Amino acid sequence: MEESYTTAIRLHGVTKQFDGASAPAVDALDLEVPAGSIVALIGPSGCGKTTTLRMINRLIEPTSGRIEINGVDALEQPAVELRRDIGYVIQQVGLFPHRTIAQNIATVPRTLGWDNDRIRERTAGLVELVGLDHAMLDRYPDELSGGQQQRVGVARALAADPPVLLMDEPFGAVDPIVRGSLQNELMDLQQQVHKTIVLVTHDIDEALKLADRIALMNVGGVLEQFASPDELLRDPANEFVERFVGEDRVMKRLQLATVADLPFHQGPVVAASATPVEAREVMRASGSAWVGLTDRGAFLGWVHGPDVHDDGPLTDAPRSLPAAQVGRDSTLRRAMEIIMTSRTSVAVVDDGGRFGGVITLEQIRAGLDQGPEVIAA
Amino acid sequence: MIPVLAQSAQPFFRWSYLIDEWDQIQAALLQHLQLTVLSVAAGLVLSAMLAATALRYRWTTTPITSFTGILYTLPSVALFALLAPVFGTQAVATAVIPLTMFTLLILVTNIIAGFQSVPGPVKDAANGMGLTPTARVLTVELPLASPLILAGIRIATVSTIGLVTVAGIIGQGGLGRLIFDGLNRRFDTPTIIGAVFSILLALLMDALLLAASRAATPWTRRARA
Ligand SMILES: Nc1ncnc2c1ncn2[C@@H]1O[C@H](COP(=O)(O)OP(=O)(O)OP(=O)(O)O)[C@@H](O)[C@H]1O
Ligand SMILES: [Mg+2]
Repeated sequence: MEESYTTAIRLHGVTKQFDGASAPAVDALDLEVPAGSIVALIGPSGCGKTTTLRMINRLIEPTSGRIEINGVDALEQPAVELRRDIGYVIQQVGLFPHRTIAQNIATVPRTLGWDNDRIRERTAGLVELVGLDHAMLDRYPDELSGGQQQRVGVARALAADPPVLLMDEPFGAVDPIVRGSLQNELMDLQQQVHKTIVLVTHDIDEALKLADRIALMNVGGVLEQFASPDELLRDPANEFVERFVGEDRVMKRLQLATVADLPFHQGPVVAASATPVEAREVMRASGSAWVGLTDRGAFLGWVHGPDVHDDGPLTDAPRSLPAAQVGRDSTLRRAMEIIMTSRTSVAVVDDGGRFGGVITLEQIRAGLDQGPEVIAA
Repeated sequence: MIPVLAQSAQPFFRWSYLIDEWDQIQAALLQHLQLTVLSVAAGLVLSAMLAATALRYRWTTTPITSFTGILYTLPSVALFALLAPVFGTQAVATAVIPLTMFTLLILVTNIIAGFQSVPGPVKDAANGMGLTPTARVLTVELPLASPLILAGIRIATVSTIGLVTVAGIIGQGGLGRLIFDGLNRRFDTPTIIGAVFSILLALLMDALLLAASRAATPWTRRARA
């Protein structure tokens, strides 16, 4: 594999054999988490996801193997100090019921001996970051909804600004709508803070949406595949992976990639001031029955071939307005829907109000074929 | 058991006794309180050690709870009578040792239950955030165990206040001495005073401890408001 990134967490041959268990819970696991990226651990229940996560912060001691965090052997460091540099969001939230929200968030800063002003400032900032109301700071955890509690759990883990974050099904206990918005918040957050995150989830769609790389594990703590979301969908390593990611792999890939990932081109488009001869030449060259008109970067609409007459400017011809538009950050799935419902069979890319080019089904298909070099999720 | 039908011509309750013997009543009340506080405090220290052992070494839990259970079944009068020749009737130990033994069952049970009621995920979170074991026990587990521990202290205190009166049989026992004194002399007034005051003391301590435990655990009341 290429070493163009710095690895923040490296597991090398990590095995956990619980006392009395016939088979290891995690078996000779190798895993590399690049700094500033999100790696999702996913797999069926009991496959060792939580065990793996807890070995990273040494809540569980590995039976054998090496764990390095930012180049330092985690097993050589005092566990208590190690953990203060690793934010931990546990699956069942685990807020302290006897502490207010503000006190919960301040747990690690207080342990580290921050002064009160700094703690207050940090707490206020975090509450905003995770989208909670300041009025909640003085409440007790039981006075918050499940989704709100999970946000507090995330804020508490982030409090001392740890470079590494371990999240065990952080959005497991909330309904799909709240989960979606918490996922979006995590993505926004990651844009701002660039943590190294290991995220455990049961939900393949959550992994595909949030992770830079996905580690798909199987019962017995075996790593079946470790790949980017697009690679996992495009090229599943075996039947287990194929079954786990589901049947609608193509639709999922289309959902992951955006228009910006495709090398879309200008398409059959001419300037409004072009001659009818030029317009027909463009249509002939691209095999299109339609020609688009642009005027100083703006898209004016489509003109149907038979409506192009030699005896006047192109702008005299009747135009279909470009209803079929997508943005650069639209998913390819959205682009495909738009193309399917467009008379011209192309979608116009709106690049921040300017004409950015066109895309066709053929381009999307070619993009799927080429994989992550073109569709970099 | 107040003998209501006194043969003598005395009135059932002589109010002047309250004023004339106030010093003696006050001393009895004070001693009652002292014996109670001493016994519950000693019981708490012992129970904390026993409960810590039981929580730390799982296999000791059953022996420890059985042992405190057996202590609780011993007849109190017999214990006071047995210890009197050893320490002397007026020794504080003669009263406090049995009283302490009786607090152990409720205190040990509630301390263990209190710590066991701390949710596993809360402990995991505390460890995961790098709290030292001592910090975790003192700042997370103890506060969360405290509603049950405080409830145990309340019950132990109130039942000890009742049991102290029995120590009147060896001439100690605070208000209990007034009760026995009256019974021996077939004079109802001190008996009634001893009984009423010990009931009032129990009610008062119960209310005080309840208020204190509420004040110490604000999260238990506001939760799910
Ligand atoms: N403390 C423990 N003692 C013994 N066995 C354990 C312990 N913790 C976990 N196991 C076992 O190790 C295996 C992996 O457990 P783990 O909790 O890591 O699974 P998981 O992938 O997180 O599952 P889930 O998706 O259900 O949370 C399971 O078979 C489990 O029973
Ligand atoms: Mg798990």
